[in-house]
Amino acid sequence: MQIKFEDDRPIFIQIAEGIEDSILSGAFPEESQIPSITEFSVNYKINPATALKGINLLVDQEIVYKKRGVGMFVAEGAVRKLRQKRKDTFYQDYIEAMIAEARRLELSAAEIKEMIEKGFEDIV
Amino acid sequence: MSGIVVNNVTKNFGDTCALDGVSLTFEPERIYGLLGRNGAGKSTLLNIITNRIFADSGQVTIDGMPARENDEALRKVYLMSEKNYYPESMRIREVFQWTGEFYPEFDMEYALLLAEKFGLNVKKKARELSTGYASIFKVIVALSVNTPYVLLDEPVLGLDANHRDLFYRVLIEKYSEHPSTIVISTHLIEEVSAVIDGIIIIKNGRILKDQSREELLSQGYTVSGSTAAVDRYIQGRNVLGSSVLGGLKSVYIMERCDRTSVPDGLEISPLDLQSLFIQLTNS
Repeated sequence: MQIKFEDDRPIFIQIAEGIEDSILSGAFPEESQIPSITEFSVNYKINPATALKGINLLVDQEIVYKKRGVGMFVAEGAVRKLRQKRKDTFYQDYIEAMIAEARRLELSAAEIKEMIEKGFEDIV
Repeated sequence: MSGIVVNNVTKNFGDTCALDGVSLTFEPERIYGLLGRNGAGKSTLLNIITNRIFADSGQVTIDGMPARENDEALRKVYLMSEKNYYPESMRIREVFQWTGEFYPEFDMEYALLLAEKFGLNVKKKARELSTGYASIFKVIVALSVNTPYVLLDEPVLGLDANHRDLFYRVLIEKYSEHPSTIVISTHLIEEVSAVIDGIIIIKNGRILKDQSREELLSQGYTVSGSTAAVDRYIQGRNVLGSSVLGGLKSVYIMERCDRTSVPDGLEISPLDLQSLFIQLTNS
Protein backbone atom coordinates (compact mmCIF):
# COMPACT_ATOMS: atom_id res chain seq x y z
CA MET A 1 0.00 0.00 0.00
CA GLN A 2 1.18 3.47 -0.89
CA ILE A 3 0.36 6.98 0.22
CA LYS A 4 0.67 9.71 -2.39
CA PHE A 5 0.90 13.09 -0.79
CA GLU A 6 0.19 14.89 -4.07
CA ASP A 7 -3.02 12.88 -4.47
CA ASP A 8 -6.37 14.70 -4.59
CA ARG A 9 -7.73 12.64 -1.73
CA PRO A 10 -6.90 13.40 1.91
CA ILE A 11 -4.28 11.19 3.54
CA PHE A 12 -6.72 9.57 6.00
CA ILE A 13 -8.89 8.39 3.09
CA GLN A 14 -5.82 6.95 1.39
CA ILE A 15 -4.90 5.08 4.58
CA ALA A 16 -8.38 3.58 4.77
CA GLU A 17 -8.35 2.61 1.09
CA GLY A 18 -4.84 1.19 1.38
CA ILE A 19 -5.97 -1.10 4.20
CA GLU A 20 -9.07 -2.05 2.20
CA ASP A 21 -6.87 -3.00 -0.76
CA SER A 22 -4.67 -5.08 1.52
CA ILE A 23 -7.72 -6.89 2.91
CA LEU A 24 -9.06 -7.56 -0.61
CA SER A 25 -5.69 -8.83 -1.83
CA GLY A 26 -5.37 -11.14 1.16
CA ALA A 27 -2.33 -9.36 2.59
CA PHE A 28 -4.41 -8.73 5.72
CA PRO A 29 -6.64 -11.85 5.99
CA GLU A 30 -9.87 -11.86 8.00
CA GLU A 31 -9.36 -12.24 11.76
CA SER A 32 -5.66 -11.37 11.41
CA GLN A 33 -4.05 -8.48 13.27
CA ILE A 34 -3.22 -5.35 11.29
CA PRO A 35 -0.35 -2.97 12.15
CA SER A 36 -0.89 -0.48 14.99
CA ILE A 37 -1.58 3.24 14.64
CA THR A 38 2.04 3.89 15.63
CA GLU A 39 3.34 1.47 12.99
CA PHE A 40 1.20 3.04 10.26
CA SER A 41 2.16 6.59 11.22
CA VAL A 42 5.88 5.86 11.55
CA ASN A 43 5.95 3.91 8.30
CA TYR A 44 4.19 6.60 6.25
CA LYS A 45 5.57 9.51 8.30
CA ILE A 46 2.14 10.90 9.03
CA ASN A 47 0.57 12.38 12.14
CA PRO A 48 -0.89 9.57 14.31
CA ALA A 49 -4.21 11.45 14.46
CA THR A 50 -4.43 11.12 10.66
CA ALA A 51 -3.78 7.37 10.78
CA LEU A 52 -6.35 7.01 13.55
CA LYS A 53 -8.94 8.92 11.54
CA GLY A 54 -8.39 6.64 8.55
CA ILE A 55 -8.65 3.46 10.57
CA ASN A 56 -11.73 4.72 12.39
CA LEU A 57 -13.50 4.93 9.03
CA LEU A 58 -13.02 1.16 8.76
CA VAL A 59 -13.98 0.57 12.38
CA ASP A 60 -17.25 2.48 11.80
CA GLN A 61 -18.02 0.23 8.81
CA GLU A 62 -17.18 -2.84 10.92
CA ILE A 63 -14.42 -3.87 8.53
CA VAL A 64 -11.81 -3.58 11.25
CA TYR A 65 -12.39 -4.03 14.98
CA LYS A 66 -10.34 -3.12 18.03
CA LYS A 67 -9.49 -5.52 20.82
CA ARG A 68 -8.70 -3.49 23.88
CA GLY A 69 -5.07 -3.81 24.90
CA VAL A 70 -4.28 -6.19 22.04
CA GLY A 71 -4.64 -4.33 18.77
CA MET A 72 -6.74 -4.12 15.64
CA PHE A 73 -8.08 -7.01 13.59
CA VAL A 74 -9.80 -7.58 10.26
CA ALA A 75 -13.44 -8.47 10.89
CA GLU A 76 -14.95 -11.72 9.73
CA GLY A 77 -16.89 -11.07 6.51
CA ALA A 78 -14.80 -7.97 5.72
CA VAL A 79 -13.84 -9.20 2.25
CA ARG A 80 -17.45 -9.83 1.23
CA LYS A 81 -18.48 -6.44 2.62
CA LEU A 82 -15.70 -4.60 0.80
CA ARG A 83 -16.43 -6.34 -2.50
CA GLN A 84 -20.06 -5.30 -2.25
CA LYS A 85 -19.12 -1.74 -1.37
CA ARG A 86 -16.75 -1.44 -4.31
CA LYS A 87 -19.24 -3.06 -6.70
CA ASP A 88 -21.73 -0.41 -5.67
CA THR A 89 -19.34 2.38 -6.65
CA PHE A 90 -17.79 0.65 -9.68
CA TYR A 91 -20.00 2.47 -12.18
CA GLN A 92 -19.19 5.85 -10.66
CA ASP A 93 -15.49 5.13 -10.12
CA TYR A 94 -14.62 3.51 -13.45
CA ILE A 95 -17.40 3.57 -16.03
CA GLU A 96 -18.13 7.27 -15.87
CA ALA A 97 -14.47 8.21 -16.30
CA MET A 98 -14.11 5.69 -19.15
CA ILE A 99 -17.12 7.04 -21.01
CA ALA A 100 -15.88 10.61 -20.63
CA GLU A 101 -12.50 9.67 -22.13
CA ALA A 102 -14.21 7.60 -24.87
CA ARG A 103 -16.27 10.66 -25.87
CA ARG A 104 -13.14 12.81 -26.09
CA LEU A 105 -11.55 10.19 -28.35
CA GLU A 106 -14.78 9.58 -30.30
CA LEU A 107 -14.79 5.87 -29.51
CA SER A 108 -18.13 4.13 -30.04
CA ALA A 109 -19.95 1.94 -27.53
CA ALA A 110 -19.30 -1.06 -29.79
CA GLU A 111 -15.57 -0.38 -29.84
CA ILE A 112 -15.49 -0.08 -26.05
CA LYS A 113 -17.43 -3.33 -25.61
CA GLU A 114 -14.98 -5.10 -27.90
CA MET A 115 -12.04 -3.79 -25.88
CA ILE A 116 -13.63 -4.94 -22.62
CA GLU A 117 -14.18 -8.43 -24.00
CA LYS A 118 -10.62 -8.57 -25.30
CA GLY A 119 -9.40 -7.38 -21.90
CA PHE A 120 -11.21 -10.20 -20.12
CA GLU A 121 -9.57 -12.73 -22.45
CA ASP A 122 -6.03 -11.30 -22.43
CA ILE A 123 -5.56 -10.06 -18.88
CA VAL A 124 -5.22 -12.72 -16.25
CA MET B 1 -2.19 21.29 31.28
CA SER B 2 -3.44 24.28 29.34
CA GLY B 3 -0.67 24.70 26.82
CA ILE B 4 1.62 27.58 25.95
CA VAL B 5 -0.38 30.76 25.57
CA VAL B 6 1.27 33.73 23.86
CA ASN B 7 -0.71 36.89 24.44
CA ASN B 8 -0.18 40.05 22.39
CA VAL B 9 3.62 39.80 22.33
CA THR B 10 5.60 42.56 20.65
CA LYS B 11 9.36 42.69 20.20
CA ASN B 12 11.48 45.31 18.46
CA PHE B 13 15.16 45.12 17.65
CA GLY B 14 16.09 48.77 17.16
CA ASP B 15 13.98 49.98 14.26
CA THR B 16 12.95 46.48 13.23
CA CYS B 17 9.69 45.10 14.50
CA ALA B 18 10.36 41.34 14.90
CA LEU B 19 7.00 40.47 16.47
CA ASP B 20 3.94 42.66 16.25
CA GLY B 21 1.18 41.82 18.71
CA VAL B 22 1.43 38.04 18.35
CA SER B 23 -1.18 35.90 20.09
CA LEU B 24 -1.47 32.12 19.75
CA THR B 25 -1.83 28.92 21.75
CA PHE B 26 0.15 25.72 21.51
CA GLU B 27 -2.27 23.13 22.84
CA PRO B 28 -1.12 20.09 24.82
CA GLU B 29 -0.06 16.98 22.88
CA ARG B 30 -0.26 18.33 19.35
CA ILE B 31 2.40 18.68 16.66
CA TYR B 32 2.69 22.16 15.18
CA GLY B 33 4.51 23.53 12.19
CA LEU B 34 5.77 27.07 12.70
CA LEU B 35 6.32 28.31 9.17
CA GLY B 36 7.70 31.58 7.90
CA ARG B 37 10.30 32.98 5.57
CA ASN B 38 13.74 33.97 6.79
CA GLY B 39 13.45 36.82 9.28
CA ALA B 40 9.68 36.37 9.74
CA GLY B 41 10.06 36.14 13.53
CA LYS B 42 9.92 32.37 14.18
CA SER B 43 13.10 32.16 16.25
CA THR B 44 12.28 35.38 18.10
CA LEU B 45 8.95 33.88 19.15
CA LEU B 46 10.57 30.62 20.34
CA ASN B 47 13.27 32.54 22.19
CA ILE B 48 10.70 34.70 23.97
CA ILE B 49 8.67 31.66 25.03
CA THR B 50 11.78 30.15 26.61
CA ASN B 51 12.98 33.40 28.21
CA ARG B 52 16.19 33.62 26.22
CA ILE B 53 15.09 37.09 25.24
CA PHE B 54 12.33 39.25 26.69
CA ALA B 55 9.30 40.70 24.97
CA ASP B 56 8.82 44.47 24.94
CA SER B 57 5.18 43.92 25.82
CA GLY B 58 2.67 41.09 26.14
CA GLN B 59 3.10 37.85 28.05
CA VAL B 60 3.58 34.11 27.74
CA THR B 61 2.05 31.55 30.08
CA ILE B 62 2.96 27.88 30.28
CA ASP B 63 0.23 25.70 31.76
CA GLY B 64 -1.20 28.82 33.28
CA MET B 65 2.06 30.04 34.85
CA PRO B 66 3.76 33.21 33.61
CA ALA B 67 6.94 32.16 31.78
CA ARG B 68 8.97 35.27 32.53
CA GLU B 69 11.81 34.38 34.90
CA ASN B 70 9.83 31.46 36.26
CA ASP B 71 11.93 28.30 36.55
CA GLU B 72 8.99 26.06 37.32
CA ALA B 73 7.25 27.07 34.10
CA LEU B 74 10.42 26.99 32.01
CA ARG B 75 11.35 23.47 33.13
CA LYS B 76 8.32 22.29 31.15
CA VAL B 77 9.75 23.57 27.88
CA TYR B 78 12.81 22.56 25.92
CA LEU B 79 14.05 24.61 22.98
CA MET B 80 16.43 23.14 20.45
CA SER B 81 17.94 26.08 18.64
CA GLU B 82 20.82 27.10 16.46
CA LYS B 83 22.74 28.50 19.43
CA ASN B 84 24.52 26.13 21.76
CA TYR B 85 24.55 26.70 25.49
CA TYR B 86 27.16 24.18 26.56
CA PRO B 87 30.98 24.26 26.47
CA GLU B 88 32.16 23.25 23.01
CA SER B 89 34.99 21.20 24.49
CA MET B 90 32.56 18.89 26.30
CA ARG B 91 32.09 15.38 25.00
CA ILE B 92 28.61 14.43 23.78
CA ARG B 93 28.10 11.89 26.53
CA GLU B 94 28.97 14.53 29.13
CA VAL B 95 26.47 16.98 27.61
CA PHE B 96 23.85 14.24 27.90
CA GLN B 97 24.75 13.79 31.57
CA TRP B 98 24.59 17.51 32.28
CA THR B 99 21.25 17.83 30.51
CA GLY B 100 19.95 15.26 32.99
CA GLU B 101 20.94 17.60 35.83
CA PHE B 102 18.67 20.34 34.48
CA TYR B 103 15.89 18.15 33.12
CA PRO B 104 15.23 15.35 35.62
CA GLU B 105 13.13 13.36 33.14
CA PHE B 106 16.02 13.16 30.66
CA ASP B 107 16.28 9.56 29.44
CA MET B 108 19.96 8.71 29.09
CA GLU B 109 19.33 5.21 27.79
CA TYR B 110 17.06 6.53 25.03
CA ALA B 111 19.57 9.25 24.10
CA LEU B 112 22.33 6.66 23.71
CA LEU B 113 20.01 4.43 21.68
CA LEU B 114 19.22 7.32 19.31
CA ALA B 115 22.94 8.21 19.08
CA GLU B 116 23.56 4.66 17.91
CA LYS B 117 20.70 4.79 15.39
CA PHE B 118 21.99 8.03 13.88
CA GLY B 119 25.62 6.92 14.06
CA LEU B 120 26.62 9.74 16.42
CA ASN B 121 29.85 9.04 18.27
CA VAL B 122 29.18 10.15 21.86
CA LYS B 123 32.89 10.22 22.66
CA LYS B 124 33.37 13.13 20.28
CA LYS B 125 33.56 16.70 21.49
CA ALA B 126 30.69 18.98 20.57
CA ARG B 127 32.94 21.26 18.50
CA GLU B 128 34.19 18.34 16.41
CA LEU B 129 30.76 17.64 14.94
CA SER B 130 29.83 18.47 11.34
CA THR B 131 26.78 20.70 10.72
CA GLY B 132 24.57 17.65 10.19
CA TYR B 133 25.78 15.84 13.28
CA ALA B 134 25.52 19.01 15.37
CA SER B 135 21.82 19.09 14.43
CA ILE B 136 21.43 15.38 15.13
CA PHE B 137 23.05 15.77 18.52
CA LYS B 138 20.67 18.60 19.44
CA VAL B 139 17.64 16.68 18.12
CA ILE B 140 18.60 13.69 20.27
CA VAL B 141 18.77 15.86 23.38
CA ALA B 142 15.38 17.41 22.53
CA LEU B 143 13.76 14.01 22.04
CA SER B 144 15.21 12.66 25.28
CA VAL B 145 14.40 15.44 27.78
CA ASN B 146 10.74 14.37 28.12
CA THR B 147 9.37 17.83 28.82
CA PRO B 148 5.68 18.40 27.99
CA TYR B 149 6.68 21.06 25.42
CA VAL B 150 9.46 20.62 22.89
CA LEU B 151 10.32 23.43 20.50
CA LEU B 152 12.49 22.52 17.53
CA ASP B 153 14.03 25.42 15.63
CA GLU B 154 15.30 24.08 12.30
CA PRO B 155 15.76 20.50 13.51
CA VAL B 156 16.81 19.09 10.14
CA LEU B 157 19.38 21.74 9.24
CA GLY B 158 22.23 20.04 7.39
CA LEU B 159 20.76 16.54 7.71
CA ASP B 160 21.00 14.29 4.65
CA ALA B 161 17.84 12.67 3.25
CA ASN B 162 18.40 9.42 5.17
CA HIS B 163 18.85 11.17 8.49
CA ARG B 164 15.82 13.40 7.88
CA ASP B 165 13.76 10.31 7.15
CA LEU B 166 14.99 8.69 10.34
CA PHE B 167 14.30 11.89 12.29
CA TYR B 168 10.62 12.05 11.21
CA ARG B 169 10.14 8.37 12.03
CA VAL B 170 11.75 8.66 15.45
CA LEU B 171 9.76 11.81 16.17
CA ILE B 172 6.42 10.18 15.30
CA GLU B 173 7.27 7.04 17.24
CA LYS B 174 8.26 9.06 20.30
CA TYR B 175 5.12 11.21 20.01
CA SER B 176 2.88 8.14 19.67
CA GLU B 177 4.31 6.50 22.74
CA HIS B 178 4.78 9.62 24.91
CA PRO B 179 2.66 12.45 23.52
CA SER B 180 3.96 15.96 24.10
CA THR B 181 3.50 19.28 22.37
CA ILE B 182 6.02 19.55 19.56
CA VAL B 183 6.60 22.74 17.62
CA ILE B 184 8.70 22.41 14.48
CA SER B 185 10.06 25.47 12.77
CA THR B 186 11.33 24.50 9.34
CA HIS B 187 11.74 25.55 5.72
CA LEU B 188 11.27 21.99 4.45
CA ILE B 189 7.50 22.32 4.33
CA GLU B 190 6.70 19.47 1.99
CA GLU B 191 8.50 16.95 4.19
CA VAL B 192 6.84 18.01 7.40
CA SER B 193 3.35 18.61 5.97
CA ALA B 194 1.86 15.22 6.85
CA VAL B 195 3.55 15.10 10.25
CA ILE B 196 2.14 18.33 11.69
CA ASP B 197 -1.50 18.84 12.50
CA GLY B 198 -1.46 22.50 13.54
CA ILE B 199 -0.09 25.14 11.22
CA ILE B 200 1.08 28.61 12.11
CA ILE B 201 2.26 30.85 9.31
CA ILE B 202 4.08 33.97 10.38
CA LYS B 203 4.96 36.88 8.11
CA ASN B 204 6.77 40.08 9.04
CA GLY B 205 6.19 39.46 12.75
CA ARG B 206 2.46 38.82 12.42
CA ILE B 207 0.42 35.62 12.47
CA LEU B 208 -1.05 35.06 9.04
CA LYS B 209 -2.64 31.65 9.63
CA ASP B 210 -3.25 29.59 12.76
CA GLN B 211 -5.33 26.53 11.88
CA SER B 212 -5.31 22.78 11.62
CA ARG B 213 -3.66 21.52 8.44
CA GLU B 214 -6.85 19.93 7.22
CA GLU B 215 -8.86 23.10 7.74
CA LEU B 216 -6.26 25.32 6.11
CA LEU B 217 -5.84 23.12 3.04
CA SER B 218 -9.58 22.75 2.59
CA GLN B 219 -9.87 26.51 2.29
CA GLY B 220 -7.93 26.83 -0.91
CA TYR B 221 -7.66 25.20 -4.31
CA THR B 222 -6.12 25.72 -7.70
CA VAL B 223 -8.07 26.02 -10.89
CA SER B 224 -6.50 25.69 -14.32
CA GLY B 225 -7.60 25.78 -17.93
CA SER B 226 -7.60 28.14 -20.88
CA THR B 227 -6.74 31.71 -19.88
CA ALA B 228 -10.10 33.10 -21.00
CA ALA B 229 -12.14 30.49 -19.11
CA VAL B 230 -10.05 30.84 -15.96
CA ASP B 231 -10.29 34.64 -16.06
CA ARG B 232 -14.05 34.39 -16.35
CA TYR B 233 -14.22 31.92 -13.44
CA ILE B 234 -12.10 33.94 -11.00
CA GLN B 235 -14.23 37.10 -11.24
CA GLY B 236 -15.10 38.13 -7.69
CA ARG B 237 -13.09 35.33 -6.09
CA ASN B 238 -10.29 35.59 -3.54
CA VAL B 239 -7.24 35.03 -5.76
CA LEU B 240 -3.83 34.48 -4.14
CA GLY B 241 -1.69 34.25 -7.23
CA SER B 242 -1.44 32.78 -10.67
CA SER B 243 0.89 31.36 -13.28
CA VAL B 244 0.61 31.33 -17.05
CA LEU B 245 2.00 28.79 -19.49
CA GLY B 246 1.18 29.61 -23.08
CA GLY B 247 -2.63 29.75 -23.32
CA LEU B 248 -3.00 27.88 -20.03
CA LYS B 249 -3.52 29.61 -16.74
CA SER B 250 -3.45 28.28 -13.16
CA VAL B 251 -4.84 30.34 -10.33
CA TYR B 252 -4.59 29.80 -6.58
CA ILE B 253 -7.87 30.62 -4.89
CA MET B 254 -8.33 31.03 -1.14
CA GLU B 255 -11.89 30.03 -0.45
CA ARG B 256 -13.84 26.82 -0.15
CA CYS B 257 -14.38 25.09 -3.45
CA ASP B 258 -17.93 24.55 -4.61
CA ARG B 259 -17.34 21.98 -7.31
CA THR B 260 -20.82 22.38 -8.76
CA SER B 261 -19.99 25.98 -9.69
CA VAL B 262 -16.99 24.94 -11.78
CA PRO B 263 -17.68 25.00 -15.51
CA ASP B 264 -16.61 22.09 -17.74
CA GLY B 265 -13.13 22.41 -19.14
CA LEU B 266 -11.63 23.81 -15.94
CA GLU B 267 -9.54 21.55 -13.78
CA ILE B 268 -9.69 21.81 -9.99
CA SER B 269 -6.97 20.46 -7.73
CA PRO B 270 -6.24 20.82 -4.03
CA LEU B 271 -3.56 23.13 -2.69
CA ASP B 272 -0.51 21.59 -1.16
CA LEU B 273 0.93 23.25 1.91
CA GLN B 274 4.13 24.39 0.24
CA SER B 275 2.36 26.09 -2.71
CA LEU B 276 -0.08 27.71 -0.32
CA PHE B 277 2.78 28.93 1.84
CA ILE B 278 4.63 30.40 -1.15
CA GLN B 279 1.52 32.20 -2.37
CA LEU B 280 0.69 33.56 1.08
CA THR B 281 4.17 34.77 1.90
CA ASN B 282 5.33 36.14 -1.44
CA SER B 283 5.85 39.81 -0.85
